[in-house]
Amino acid sequence: MWAYAGRRLLLAAPTLLGASIIVFAMVHLAPGDPIAAVMPAESSQAEIEATKKAYGFDKPLPVQYLVWLGRVAQGDLGRSIATRRPVILDVRDALANSLVLALSSSLLAFLLGIALGLLAAFRQGRWLDKTASAIAVVGVSVPHYWAGIILIIVFSVQLSWLPAMGASQDGGVLDYLRHITLPTVALALIPLGVITRVVRSAALDVLNQEFVLALRAKGLAARRVFAHVVKNSAPQILTVLGLQFGFQLGGSVLVEAVFSWPGTGYLLNLAIFQRDMPVLQGVILVLATFFVLLNLAVDLLQTLVDPRIARH
Amino acid sequence: MAVTTALPGELEAPALAPMSYWRTVAWRLGRDPATLAAGGALVAIALAALLAPWLAPYDPDAGSIRARLAAVGSAGHLLGTDEQGRDMLSRLLWGGRMTLVAGLTPVLVAFLLGTALGVLAGYVGGLTSTLVMRTMDIFYAFPSVLLAIAISGALGPGLANTLISLSIVFVPRVVRVAESATVQVKSLEYIAAARASGAGVAAIVRHHLLANVLGPILVFSSTQVSLSIILAAGLSFLGLGVTPPAAEWGLMLNTLRQSIYVNAIVPALPGVAIFVTSMAFNLLSDGLRDAMEIRG
Amino acid sequence: MSAGPLLQARGLRKHFPLRGGVLQRARAWVRAVDGVSFDVRPTETVGIVGESGCGKSTLARLVLRLIEPDAGTVTFDGEDVLGAPPPRLKRLRRDMQLVFQDPYASLNPRLTIEDAVAFGLLVHGTPRAVARERARALLGRVGLDPRLYGRRYAHELSGGQRQRVNIARALVLDPRLLVLDEPVSALDKSVQAQVLNLLADLKAERALTYVFISHDLDVIEHVSDRVLVMYLGEVVETGTADELARAPKHPYTQALFASAPTMDPDRRMERPPLAGDPPNPIDPPSGCRFRTRCAFAMPRCAEAPPAPRPLGVGHEVACYLYDAEPAAFIRARTS
Repeated sequence: MWAYAGRRLLLAAPTLLGASIIVFAMVHLAPGDPIAAVMPAESSQAEIEATKKAYGFDKPLPVQYLVWLGRVAQGDLGRSIATRRPVILDVRDALANSLVLALSSSLLAFLLGIALGLLAAFRQGRWLDKTASAIAVVGVSVPHYWAGIILIIVFSVQLSWLPAMGASQDGGVLDYLRHITLPTVALALIPLGVITRVVRSAALDVLNQEFVLALRAKGLAARRVFAHVVKNSAPQILTVLGLQFGFQLGGSVLVEAVFSWPGTGYLLNLAIFQRDMPVLQGVILVLATFFVLLNLAVDLLQTLVDPRIARH
Repeated sequence: MAVTTALPGELEAPALAPMSYWRTVAWRLGRDPATLAAGGALVAIALAALLAPWLAPYDPDAGSIRARLAAVGSAGHLLGTDEQGRDMLSRLLWGGRMTLVAGLTPVLVAFLLGTALGVLAGYVGGLTSTLVMRTMDIFYAFPSVLLAIAISGALGPGLANTLISLSIVFVPRVVRVAESATVQVKSLEYIAAARASGAGVAAIVRHHLLANVLGPILVFSSTQVSLSIILAAGLSFLGLGVTPPAAEWGLMLNTLRQSIYVNAIVPALPGVAIFVTSMAFNLLSDGLRDAMEIRG
Repeated sequence: MSAGPLLQARGLRKHFPLRGGVLQRARAWVRAVDGVSFDVRPTETVGIVGESGCGKSTLARLVLRLIEPDAGTVTFDGEDVLGAPPPRLKRLRRDMQLVFQDPYASLNPRLTIEDAVAFGLLVHGTPRAVARERARALLGRVGLDPRLYGRRYAHELSGGQRQRVNIARALVLDPRLLVLDEPVSALDKSVQAQVLNLLADLKAERALTYVFISHDLDVIEHVSDRVLVMYLGEVVETGTADELARAPKHPYTQALFASAPTMDPDRRMERPPLAGDPPNPIDPPSGCRFRTRCAFAMPRCAEAPPAPRPLGVGHEVACYLYDAEPAAFIRARTS
C-alpha cells in the first residue's frame, strides 16, 4: 500500500513538471510580443530593452523557465500586468470562492447523482429507472453556461426570487447562500448526469454478478444486499466523484462568467480579456496542481476501499 | 431452425445465413427507438446546416439596429432577431455548420491519432509505452475546460485554433482507451496463434488487433462529441473561439446575454440548439455502445 | 529427413519476475521451467503430464519460441530455433505449430472461420483465393463442412467445433510437428473422444509428430508413445506410456497414477496418496522440489536436486531413491 502511494507520488512529480512547462510555454506561444502588453505604445527602444532585462526576457528560454520555476516554488507568481498586485494574492482569494462553489455544487451533484443512480439500478427497467436515466442524459447534454442563463431568466428576471450576479454584498450568510444557489445548480448539472450514469452502471454490474444472485436466493435482506452493492461499486464511484470535482473546479470558468462569481474562473476570464499573462499562468498552474493532487488523493483513497488495486 | 443431433454434444448448424459483426450492430441500432430518434434528429440538423445557404431566409451578417430583438414569431422573422437586428433563424442555420465542424473534427482527429498512438503503446509496450502514456498523463493533469482555455489562450481565437486546442484535449483520452483495449486483446490466444503462424507485427495489428480494438474506441469517441460541441461553444462564449461577426451558437449565447432583460426567449435559442444536438449525440452513442456489446 | 530426433530441447529455463515496491523491482521469481531437456523422434507422440502450474504450457511456448527462454537450446531437424533470425524463424514456423487449449479465446471473433484458417497461408505469401480453397478443404477434412461452416463466426460454433477449427488452422501450413497444449481439456468427454480420434487419423495420414500436453492421465496414456512427467518446472520421470502406467518409479508419478479415479474396485484407494497442496513455483523447496509431499523423503533430498538417472532403455528418473546405494534404497522403501 505504501509502495503504491510512493510510486504514485513519484509519478505525480514529472506530471506537474510537464504541466508547468506547458503553462510556461503558453506565454511564448501567444502571438504578439509579451513586452508590448506591458509597455505603453510610444516607449523608446532603450526603455523596451531596459524592461526586457528587468523581466529577464533577454535570457535564453530554458533559463527563463528555470528562473520562473524557482520563483513559483517559493510562492511568487509574479505581478498582474493590469492591477500590479501580486498574482498569488488574487489567486488565493479567487480560489477560496471557487472552492466554495465547487464544494456546494459537488455536494448537490454527488448526493443526488448517487441517489438517482442507485435508484435506477435497483429498479432497472421500470419507470423509475427510465426517469432517472432520462434526467441523467439531459444533465450530461446540457451546456451548463446556457443552463445558468436560463436559470437567471427564470429565477432572477421573471420571478425575482434569487440574485443573478456576484457574491453577496452585505456579507451575511443568508445573502451569500442566496447568491450561490443558482451558480451551484448550473454547475451541478453535468456532473449530476455523469455520476448518475456511472453509479447506475457500476451498481448494475455488481447486481448482475452471480454471487449477488446467490445472496438473494439465500434470502439476504434487501438492506444487506444494498450495502453489499454499494461497497463493491465504491471504487468506480469514487473515481468518477474525484474526476467530477476536478471538472467543477476547472470548469467553473464558464458558470462564473455567466454569474460574475468572483472565483478563479472569473479571474481567468478577466485575464484572457486583458491579455494578462502572469495572472493567466498563475491561475492555470494553481488549478492544474490542485487537480493532480486531487487525482492522487482519489487514487490513494481507492486503495483503501479496494485493496486489489494496489497490488499491481 | 432445424436441429438434427448427429453426435452427442454437437448440433447441426442452423440453416440461417450468418450475419457479420457490423451488420449485427447496424441491425440492433435500427431496433432501438431512442437511437433512431436521435439519429433522425442528427440527420435533420446536419442537413439543415449543410443546406444553410439555401434554407436561410436572410444573410446571417446583415441586420439593422431598428429591427433588433424582435420577438419569436414576429413578422418576417420566425425566430426573432438578435441584438444587432440579424435574423435568428438564418444565424442558427449557419451557426450549425460551425458548431458541427467544431464538434466533430477534434473528435475525428483524436480518434485517428489517438488510436494510432494507443495501439502503438499498447502493442509494443516497454519504453515506447511509458513515454507515450506519461506524456498523455501531463495533459490529463488539466481539467478539459482548463486545457482548452490554456491552449486557446496561447494560440488566440479563430476556428482553426479552436480545432487544434480541442484536438489536444481529446487525444489523450482516446489514447488511454486505445492502449487499454490493445493490452487486453494482445494477451488473448488468437494473437499468440497468429504469431505462431509467423505473422509480423504489421500483419497482426492489421488483421487481428484493429478489428477487435476499434469497437470500444469508437464507442468512447462517440461519447466525446457532445462534450466537444459544448466546449467549442463554451470557448466562443468566452471570446476564445470563433470571432464575431461569425454565427456560432456559443458566440451567439454570449452576445445575447445582456439582452435577457429585454426579451427572454431569443437569447435562449442558441443554447437550445446546442442542447438538442448534444443530447442527440449522447443518445446515439449510448445506442451504439449497447449495440456493439458482444453477446453469445 | 535425418534419423535423429526431430525436436531437441536442452536445459530450457524460464523465470518470470514478480515486481513490487516503489521502483517495481523484481522481488521474487516464478520458476516456471527449470532446466528441462527432452527429445522427440519423428512420428512419435510425446506426452507431457503434470498438475496445473507445473510449467507445461510455458514449456510449449518456449519450444515454439513464442516466449524467449532465459537459457537453453531448441533444435528442430538440426536447425537452431532460438538463435534463428526473423526470416529463418518465419520459415521454421511453418514446420512447428501449436494447438491451443482454450477453444474460445483462440479464435479471432471478427474473422470467419475460413479466413481464420487461411490467415497462416496469407502470411507466407499464398494468394488469397488459393489460401481460401485450401482452408476450406482442410475444414472439410476435420469434419466441418465448409459450405455450412466456412462463413460462420467463432461464437456460432460449439467447443468441439472450435477445436476442430484450431486443428485445421494448425495444419494449414503443412507442419511436421504439432504441439498440442491441453487440446481436449475444455471439452465434454464424448467430444474429447471424437477430437482425439481425429488427431490420431491426421497423424497417420500426414506422418506428423506430436507433443501432447495434458493434465489428464487417461488421455495421456491413450495417445502417447513416451511420456514426460513434470513437477514444478522440472521433469521428474520419462519413459514409455506402458512402463509408467504399469510400474511408475518416481514417487510423484506413482501418486499421479494411483490417484486416477478408477472403476475397478480392487484398485480403488481410501486415502489420497498425495498430501497437501501443490507448492508455489515462486519459492520452490530446495533440492528436490517434490520432497515436501513425498512419502519417502530423505535428508539428502533437501540438499541438491537429483539429476535424471537412466533406469532402462529410454526410461529416466530424477530421484535419489534410485541411486547406486541399494542399502539406502531398501531402507527408504521399507521405512
